[in-house]
Amino acid sequence: MSKPATPAVATTAPESRPAPFRRLLKRIVGNSGTLVGGGLLLLIVLAALLGPVFYPQDPFAQDVANRIAEPFWNGGPAIHPLGTDTLGRDYLARLLYGGRISLLIGVLAVSMAAAIGVTLGLVAGYFGGRVDLVVRFLITTRLAMPVVLVALSVVATVGNSLTIVILVLGFLIWDRFAVVARTTAMQVRGIDYVKAARAVGSSHARIIFKEILPNISNGLIVVATVELANAILLEAALSFLGLGVQPPLPSWGLMIAEAKDYLFFSPWLITLPGIALVLLVLAINLLGDGVRDITAPSGTR
Amino acid sequence: MGRFLTRQLLLAIVVAVNVSLIGFAMLRLSGDLAQRIVGPEATAEQVETVRKSYGLDKPLVVQYVDWARDALHGDFGRSFFYNAQVSDLIAERLPVTMTLGLIGLALALLFAIPLGILAAVYAGSWLDRLALTGAVLGQAMPSFWIGLLLILLFGLQLGWLPVSGADDWQGYVMPSIVLGLYAAPALMRLTRSGMIDVLRSDYIRTARAKGLLPAEVVLKHGLRNALIPVVSIAAVQLGLLMGGSVVVESVFSIHGLGYLAWESISRADFPVVQSIVLTLAIMYVGLVFLSDVLNALLDPRLR
Repeated sequence: MSKPATPAVATTAPESRPAPFRRLLKRIVGNSGTLVGGGLLLLIVLAALLGPVFYPQDPFAQDVANRIAEPFWNGGPAIHPLGTDTLGRDYLARLLYGGRISLLIGVLAVSMAAAIGVTLGLVAGYFGGRVDLVVRFLITTRLAMPVVLVALSVVATVGNSLTIVILVLGFLIWDRFAVVARTTAMQVRGIDYVKAARAVGSSHARIIFKEILPNISNGLIVVATVELANAILLEAALSFLGLGVQPPLPSWGLMIAEAKDYLFFSPWLITLPGIALVLLVLAINLLGDGVRDITAPSGTR
Repeated sequence: MGRFLTRQLLLAIVVAVNVSLIGFAMLRLSGDLAQRIVGPEATAEQVETVRKSYGLDKPLVVQYVDWARDALHGDFGRSFFYNAQVSDLIAERLPVTMTLGLIGLALALLFAIPLGILAAVYAGSWLDRLALTGAVLGQAMPSFWIGLLLILLFGLQLGWLPVSGADDWQGYVMPSIVLGLYAAPALMRLTRSGMIDVLRSDYIRTARAKGLLPAEVVLKHGLRNALIPVVSIAAVQLGLLMGGSVVVESVFSIHGLGYLAWESISRADFPVVQSIVLTLAIMYVGLVFLSDVLNALLDPRLR
């Protein structure tokens, strides 16, 4: 609590503006990226959640008579619309199930990273001084460690499971949360409502989590989308290198690795999971960019 | 500027030491090293002999200090797998990874800066939208996947380029393109937003009012300021490219640092892994420091 800082965030809105909700709705509709990204993401999430329920094929069952069956546009068998992989497993079923794995790992790893990063960032920004120095040092150390390499070595050392992959990713991608939470907490801490809370005797923990956190949530949502995309791509890379999701579980990165040797004669085995990855990451990024534009003070780009 | 840079340099050194501590802890926690060195069939006495001769029976702090002293003299120990010093292995592979990273970054800048300037000058036009869409799309594509698609098209179908290895310059083409595509979107967006800010500023309006040619205004007056953040991020990107080289090098079977790390991880050759992580971390910290220096040189306000 040093000098009173000038509030960077407008605290009162002029009365002539339309109701906040309608304004928000208008901004969402006016932002094509948000609509396209949000719609696409909804579609992928629904497909991943409901697809395996409604689509009758088992992603683990091996149809030995139909190994590397062609997809329907190449005249493949009707029971496997997108063909089968090298072990004769239905490719569409594996793609749908792989979506679940990507989303599961992504969401859990990002939640963990958010918990770590936001706590560190808020504490650093709120208290400043020595605490801030320590957190900045932690952030710099984290940034200096090559993510893929460290993740690979930890997974190779500790052992390989879905839980380990999630934990490793969670511990490696918290830095952006910390940076954003720290910066915003520093801006907010001098503003009147925080000082008022302090004056009425609120504890530091209460101020940090009840007063400051809700006010920086917009920025954190944007970071969360960036890191969700990041986590999904990292999981794919780890699985591609053989140290992420383990067979027989389907992960899009692992599916690409398994089909690597069939690149020339059966390229769809590579292109399909790749397209699935691109669409998912694209949807998340578009949505994130859209949220950033919508919640930016000016509301326009 | 001097004080700022001294502080950054100190921070860089402390971070490097910290990463070395983490790497050391990782190595020791990975299991009984003596057992690993002699192999699973060795007798208990053999394990003990090795434990003594490698100094693994000493307290961890002493071990770290010993290791750090050797490391400062360029001695990172011996590989469990190759009959060679880790430092020799790294010295042999580092140039490959560095070349890849530098070419990749150069390609990214060559592509991103002109495109970013055009997108900023014609902000809101179809060209701007195309550039932004391309950037979002580029960021969504996993680099190992692009690598495989390039191999399929240029290596297997057209037969123009070798599908693996980097024995001559042709082997570097596809991996560098993949790295370039990885780095370009962020650099393009940064150039664009920097340029848009600069073009709105007063001194550009003055330059325009003086009647200078538009191209002159943009290139001579605008570019220098717009590029300050781009240059500093480019240095950091190089660190990221080298750190991420494990993916691209494994796709194209290029025997650089990343490939060595990947092989060593699967062989539990931890002295090599630990040293590579440390090398990459030091390079990253060094590049971040370089970017601070560049920033200070380019931006008079920081001097």
